[in-house]
Amino acid sequence: MSFPQPRPQAPQLPKHLLRTIDCQQGAVRAVRFNADGNYLLSCGSDKSLKLWSVSRGTLLKTYSGHGYEVLDADGSYDNSQLCSCSSDKSLILWDVATAQVTRKLRGHAGKVNCVQFNEEATVILSGSLDGTVRCWDTRSRRFEPIQVLDEARDSVSSLKVVQHELLTGSVDGRVRRYDLRMGELHVDFVSSPITCVCFSQDGQCTLSSSLDSTVRLLDKSTGEMLGEFTGHKMKGYKLDCCLSAKDTHVLSCSEDGHVYCWDLVEGSLSLKLPVGKAVVQSLSFHPTETCLLTAMEGRVQVWGSAGGS
Amino acid sequence: ERGCSSVKDKDRGERGCSNEPRKKPVPLHEQTVKDEKGRYQRFHGAFTGGFSAGYFNTVGTKEGWAPSTFVSSRQQKAEKHNARPQDFMDEEDFGEHGIAPSEISTSQEFTSSRRDATREKARAVSAQAAVIPGDTLLEELIAPARSSIGVELLKRMGWKEGQGVGPRVKRKAGRQQTGSRLYGCVLPPAGSEDSEGEDEDEFAPEDVTFAPKDVTPVDFNPRLGVQGLGYRSLDPGLALMGRRDPEHMDLFRPQSETRSRLFGDKRGCRRGGVAGQAFGVGALEDDDDEEVYHRDSLSRYDTVLGGEEPGDGLYGWTAPQQYTKKRDKSKDASYLGKILEGFTLAQNPAEDHPIFPPPSLPRDYRPVHRFRPTLDASALSGVSPALAEALRVSKGHMVPEEPEHGGRHQLDSGQRRTLLGEDALQGPSSVMELLKPEDRQRLLSMRSSSNTSSTKTSQDAMPLWAGPPAEGGAASEDLRQQQEALTVWTGVQTSSQTFRPFEQNPSKQARYELYLNRLKQGDRGACGLEQSLDPGMTEWERSRERDEFVRASILYRPSSSTLTSRFTRAQGQEAEAGLEASRDQEGDVDDKQAAVNMKLFGKLTRETFEWHPDKLLCKRFNIPDPYTRYTHTHTHTQTHRYKHTHTHTHTDTHTHTNTHRYTHTHTHRYTHTYKHTQIHTHTHTQIHTHAYRHTHTHTHTHRYTHTYKYTHTHTHRYTHTHAYRHTHTHTHTHTDTHTHTNTHRYTHTHRYTHTHAYRHRHTRTHTHTHRYTHTHAYRHRHTHTHTHTHRYTHTYKHTKIHTQIHTHIQTHTDTHTHTHRYTHTHAYRHRHTHTHTHTHRYTYTQIHTYIHVHTYTHRHTHTDTHTYNVSCEYFYVNI
Repeated sequence: MSFPQPRPQAPQLPKHLLRTIDCQQGAVRAVRFNADGNYLLSCGSDKSLKLWSVSRGTLLKTYSGHGYEVLDADGSYDNSQLCSCSSDKSLILWDVATAQVTRKLRGHAGKVNCVQFNEEATVILSGSLDGTVRCWDTRSRRFEPIQVLDEARDSVSSLKVVQHELLTGSVDGRVRRYDLRMGELHVDFVSSPITCVCFSQDGQCTLSSSLDSTVRLLDKSTGEMLGEFTGHKMKGYKLDCCLSAKDTHVLSCSEDGHVYCWDLVEGSLSLKLPVGKAVVQSLSFHPTETCLLTAMEGRVQVWGSAGGS
Repeated sequence: ERGCSSVKDKDRGERGCSNEPRKKPVPLHEQTVKDEKGRYQRFHGAFTGGFSAGYFNTVGTKEGWAPSTFVSSRQQKAEKHNARPQDFMDEEDFGEHGIAPSEISTSQEFTSSRRDATREKARAVSAQAAVIPGDTLLEELIAPARSSIGVELLKRMGWKEGQGVGPRVKRKAGRQQTGSRLYGCVLPPAGSEDSEGEDEDEFAPEDVTFAPKDVTPVDFNPRLGVQGLGYRSLDPGLALMGRRDPEHMDLFRPQSETRSRLFGDKRGCRRGGVAGQAFGVGALEDDDDEEVYHRDSLSRYDTVLGGEEPGDGLYGWTAPQQYTKKRDKSKDASYLGKILEGFTLAQNPAEDHPIFPPPSLPRDYRPVHRFRPTLDASALSGVSPALAEALRVSKGHMVPEEPEHGGRHQLDSGQRRTLLGEDALQGPSSVMELLKPEDRQRLLSMRSSSNTSSTKTSQDAMPLWAGPPAEGGAASEDLRQQQEALTVWTGVQTSSQTFRPFEQNPSKQARYELYLNRLKQGDRGACGLEQSLDPGMTEWERSRERDEFVRASILYRPSSSTLTSRFTRAQGQEAEAGLEASRDQEGDVDDKQAAVNMKLFGKLTRETFEWHPDKLLCKRFNIPDPYTRYTHTHTHTQTHRYKHTHTHTHTDTHTHTNTHRYTHTHTHRYTHTYKHTQIHTHTHTQIHTHAYRHTHTHTHTHRYTHTYKYTHTHTHRYTHTHAYRHTHTHTHTHTDTHTHTNTHRYTHTHRYTHTHAYRHRHTRTHTHTHRYTHTHAYRHRHTHTHTHTHRYTHTYKHTKIHTQIHTHIQTHTDTHTHTHRYTHTHAYRHRHTHTHTHTHRYTYTQIHTYIHVHTYTHRHTHTDTHTYNVSCEYFYVNI
C-alpha cells in the first residue's frame, strides 16, 4: 500500500515582522542582503554605510567616507569587500573588516544610482545619472573604468549582473541586457522610465518595474512579456522590486507604504504587506530563505515567514 | 671570396656616402660574412659555395654526432638503421648549390628530349676546345642510347621522328614539307585555298593516309619583363654556341642547323661570340671576309612574282601545276614580317563594317531648340486670384491665347477623334463607371477628403516662380509639391510637437516655422514661401532653401494617419523630446510605443545590437572574447596523392576493480610563440578540475588490428570568403565502444564555393564521394580517468623551392617520431607504460596557388567539464 505523496509545502511569504532596526543614519536609501544573507547593508542619507547582523539586529560596522548620501551598496561573494555608490559621483570599494577605503573610483558625471559586483568580485559595475554604466576593475590599480557603456539615453537607474550578463534599466524606458559571452546587446522597450530591474533566479526572465506603476516579467531571450503585475503605486520614486528566493513571488515597493507581493505565475496579489505610512524605499529578499528586508524612512524592517526565528 | 668582396664593396660604398676619410681596410681575418638569416658563415672552400658546412666543417651539431645506443640483442633485437646519405646533410647541402640539391625534377626516364639549358651551356664551353672547335657535332651525331619513355611509347604506337602526334589523316603529304621564303609585298589572294584543296585531292590517292603535321604548340609564356611586346633579349645560345637565327626569315620552321653544319654550310656555322649588325666581328672569329655590317642581300629575296619555288626545291620551275600551287598559310605571315611571340594570325579576316555618311542637313536647320511655354488659358480659371496676381507681377509669361497644336502627338485620343470625325466609343469610359454606385461614392468621398487639391493642382500646371521658360517642367513639379504641402498643412492646429528638421540652424528653423505658419493659415504657396525666405540670400540659396522647405513640409507632415489617431502619445515622450533623436528613430519609437500600449512585447520592442565588450572585461568575467576575427582569402589548386599503410597491433589485458575519487586543480597556461620565419613553438599546458566518482569493475581484453590504406586524390579549388560566428557548447559524454579493423578507401572530390556575407551566409557546393568499410571486431565499454602525459616530438623537414610565378614544387620528407609515454596511475597502483614510435615518411607533390582571405569570427561557448592534462610541444622547423 502506497502512501499518498505529501502535499508540496505552500510557498511561504514573509508576513511577519521579525525585527525593526533603527539605523540612525538619516533616511535609508537602500537596504541589501549580503551574498549569503546573514548580514545586511543599509545606505544612509547621512553619507554612511552600515553593516548589520540580520539575526541579532546589531550594528557591526559603519563605513564612512562618502561625500554625500549613499545610494546603493553591494557585498562581494566572499564577504571581504563592499562597494557603495553615492550622490557624490563616486564609488568606494571598502574593506569589510577594517572599514577602510580600499579604492575610491571617480569618473561618473552624475550621481551614481546603482552598483554591483560581478560574480567573482573582479569588476564593479555602476550605473549613473549621466546615462553610463562603468565597469571598474578591482584587480588592477587603474582608476579608469575598463569600459563605459553609454548606450542609455538617460539615467541608468538600476543594474544587475548575473554570470556573463548585465541587465540595466534606464529612465529612457529601456531595459538593456548586455551579453558578454555572445557580444550582444538586447534592448527591450518598456516606454515608462524603469526604476528597478532583476534577473529571475533561474536566469530565464527579467523583472522590471517602471513608473507607470507596473512590474513586468519579460522573457529574457525573446523579450516577450510573461506577466504584468499592477496594483501598487510607483509614480515618482525610484523604488525596488525583486523576486522571492524560489522565484515563486514578485515583490515590489509601493508609495502607499505597502510591499506588494504577487504570485509569479498567476499574477494575483498574494500579499499586501503593510510596512508603514511613508514610501517603502527599498527592499531586498534573502538569497535562499523566506526573509525580506524593507527600508522606510530611517528604519529597516526584517520580515519572515511564520515559522521563522 | 665572393661574399668577402661584396662585403668590401658595401663597406666602401657606405664610406663613400658618409664622406669619411677612407679607413684602413679590414684585414682578412676580421672580415665576416653572414648568410640570409644573419648567421655568421665561415669560409670553407670554393666548391661548396665558399662557406662551411655542418658544424665547423663536421657533420652534426655542436654536441657532435650522437651514435645509436647499444641495444642488447638478447632482450630485444636491435632495430635496423638504414642511414641514408641525406641524413647526414644539412640545409646547405640540400640547397641550390649544395651537394644534393633537392628539387623536384623529372627523372631521366621521363624527360623529354629537350636539352637541359645548363648542360648545354657547359657542353658549349667545352666544345670550344674540342677536336672540331665550336661544334658539338659528334655528340649530336651519336644519338643517345636511351630515349625517354614518352618517345618509346610513341614509337611503339607507330610514331616516327618528325611526324606529328595524332590520328592519321587523309591529306596532302607534302604540306608539312613546304618551306617558305621571303616574298614580295603583295599578299597572295586568300580565297584560293579551297580550290587548291580540290586540286590536291585529285593529286593525292584516296586510300593513302598521312601522319599529321608536327605542329609546334603556341607557347603561352607569361611576360615577365618590362620590355615591350616582341622584344627578345640577346640569345645566350647565339653568343656561346655560334648559333643564330635561321638565315632565312622563316618564322615557322627553323632550318635544321645540324644538317647545315654537317654538310659544311658555311653560313650556318659560326664560331662563338656575339655577332650581328651592331657587334661586328669578334676577336675569336676568323672569317673576316664575311659580310659584317649588312648581311641582308638581294639574293635572299625572290625576284620573280608568281612562279615561286616550292619549299623543298625538288622540282623547281618544272614542278607540276598541282605541286606548285601548294601553299602554306604561313605565306600570309611572312608578308607581315615577324609575328610576335604568343600571337597567331587571325584565321578570318576582320569584317568590314559599313560606314554610313552623316545625313545632310536641311539648309535652314538651326542647332538650337527653344521651348515654348505651354500654358493653357483655360487652366487660369482654376487659379486663385492671389496666385494669378502673383504670376502677373512676377513676370509676364502668361500666354493668354490658345497655344498652337504642336502636332498630332500632343493631341489626346478625344481630340484626334474629333479631328478625324469619328464617333465616341460606346461603353464605360472609366473604371469608376464599372463600380457600384455606393462604392464609387465612397471612393470619391475618400479622395475628396484626402486629396482634393492635389487633383486640382494637376490641372493648375503653371510656373509659380519667375524662372526661365525652359524650366517649365521642373517648375510645375515644384508647384505640385507646394500644393501638396499646402493641402497637408492647411487647417492644422498649432502643435509644439512637430518635428524640427533644421534645428541645427536656428534662423533657418525660424524661417521654416514662419513658412509652416503661413501654410497653416492657408496662405497659398508662392507669396508665403517667398516672404518667409531670407531676402539677404543669393538667388541660388533662396531657391535651394525654397526646395528644402517644401520638401520638409511634405516629409514631416503632421501625423493624421489612421494609425496615429488610434494611439495616444506617451508621457515619456515629453522627456524624450529634448533628446537628440534621429529622424528614423523617432518613427521607430512611435511603433514601439504602439506595441507597448498594446502589450505586444517581444519582437516589436526588442532590438538586438552587436556589442563589443572590452577584452579586459571579458577576461575579468572569465569568458572568452566573443569577437576574434581572422581575415583570409584563399584560392587553392591542389593535387595530393597520399598512400599510407599503417598496421597497429595492440593487445591489452586489464582487470580493474577500482573506486576512484579524483579531484584535480587546473591552471591553464598557454604560451604561443609564433615566428614568421617558420619556426613555431607551441607550448600548451592545460589543467582542468574535475570531481569524478567512478566505481567500475571490468575485465577487458583489447585486440586492435588497424590496417589503414588510404589512396587520396584531392583536387581542391577553393575560393573562400568567410565570416564565421561560431557558438559552441560542448557537453561531452563519452562511452567508447571501439576496436576495429578498418579498411578505408576515400575518394574525395570537393568543390567549395563559399560566399559568406556579414553574419551567416553560406553558399556551398560540396561533392563528396566517400566509401567506408568498417568492420568492428570488438566491443568495449569503460569509463576512465587517466592522467596522461603526452610527449610528442615532431620533426618536420620541408624543402621548398619557390619560383617566381608562384608555382611551388615541394618535396616534403617528413619524419615524425612520436614517442607516446602514457603513465596511468590509479589508486591501486597500476602502471602502464606505452611507448609508441611512429615513423612516417611522406612524399608529396603539390602545386599550390594560394590567395587567402578568411574572415573568421569564432565564438566558443564552452560548458565543459573535462579531464585532461595535456602538454604539447610542437616544434616545427621548416627548411
